[in-house]
Amino acid sequence: MEVPILKQGRYLIATIQVALSDEDLLQLRRALLERVIQFRSRGVIVDVTALDVMDSFATRTLRDITYMIRLRGADTVIVGIQPEVAFAMVQLGLTLEGVATALDLEEGLAHLEQRARSST
Amino acid sequence: MANKKPVEVAQPPSRQSTELLRELVAHLREHRTQLREEWANRITEAKLLTAMTKDEIFAEATSVYDNYVEALATGTFEALQSYSRNLSERIIPRGVETHEVVGIVLLLRDVLARSLFAKYQGDFTKLNRILDAYEPAANRIANTVAVGFVQERERVIRQQQEAIRELSTPVLQVRERLLILPIIGVIDPHRARQLTEQLLRGIRTNRAKVVVIDITGVAAMDATVANHLVQTVEASRLLGATVIVTGLSPEIAQTIVNIGVDLGKMNTVGDLQGGIEQAERLLGYKVVPVGEAIAAA
Repeated sequence: MEVPILKQGRYLIATIQVALSDEDLLQLRRALLERVIQFRSRGVIVDVTALDVMDSFATRTLRDITYMIRLRGADTVIVGIQPEVAFAMVQLGLTLEGVATALDLEEGLAHLEQRARSST
Repeated sequence: MANKKPVEVAQPPSRQSTELLRELVAHLREHRTQLREEWANRITEAKLLTAMTKDEIFAEATSVYDNYVEALATGTFEALQSYSRNLSERIIPRGVETHEVVGIVLLLRDVLARSLFAKYQGDFTKLNRILDAYEPAANRIANTVAVGFVQERERVIRQQQEAIRELSTPVLQVRERLLILPIIGVIDPHRARQLTEQLLRGIRTNRAKVVVIDITGVAAMDATVANHLVQTVEASRLLGATVIVTGLSPEIAQTIVNIGVDLGKMNTVGDLQGGIEQAERLLGYKVVPVGEAIAAA
């Protein structure tokens, strides 16, 4: 199941709709990196609203994606983590350190806009 | 409330004991006025049901008596069960205790047994057989009433616990996107979990960006709960909200240092006022007195 990646101005939006296998996650990582380079995007939003579970591999991959995209000079925001998922993650020690998070897509876009403003 | 206790299936009584019960019921119906009065007097003497007036006791005694005889006569306890529940509902708010309810039922049992002794004292075999029929039924009646009362009490207690729990953790919005969560009293692990759930849900529904958790009213917490607090802070961040903790007492500060929490993750401010001020700064609010604002404009 491939994750659709939408381009919206200078941002990319990837919405995860079903639970992903490890292979799908790696595929998402590759695809996002390619597109960031291709479109010279300034920010990426990964929407996980639909996920009701996040395991350690998914968390680590999301963190890796963020770090890799940062090396390309773009920001990443993870949006839509469900309250129950958030607490379960913290209890497992998966805290997504150094990764920006926001409530939903709208907040995520606002965050990227703000980052763009403060960096110029 | 058609719950829990399944209605007991009455064992088919032997023909003989049915007859005896019938005789017994006839006797109780015949002497209703006298026995009822004696019972009411005994209740007053024993200083039971002090929360009620004498007239009320008499009125309740009458209905309990009739229901009691009815249960003896029919051998079914549903009517008595629902009556005792209904009675409990009325008298629990007035502070009637369990021992009083059990006490009055046992008194009635006593009064009736005495009247049976008086009636059959000339004929011991008959008295014996009558008591054989009476005792099990009377025991079950006492049991039914007491259980009904206790169940009702438990229901009230559960309801109140629920109410207290909900009251104990308000999540309040003080400004657009700013929540405060004042915590007062002792936090046990159960309450801690509930707190977290309410806060995370509150962040979602109010679309909060900043949350101030004020624990001025918490005197101490153990390492488990302190850890839970830290986890709550991190989970809130995953939802995109910044948490500011205010009002840490020296003891709690010590606990948090002892469990070795990375203080970089925790945003703490001395008191609630400072916390709200910092939250406002984070949200880009600037509060100025009206006079200055007009002068600046």
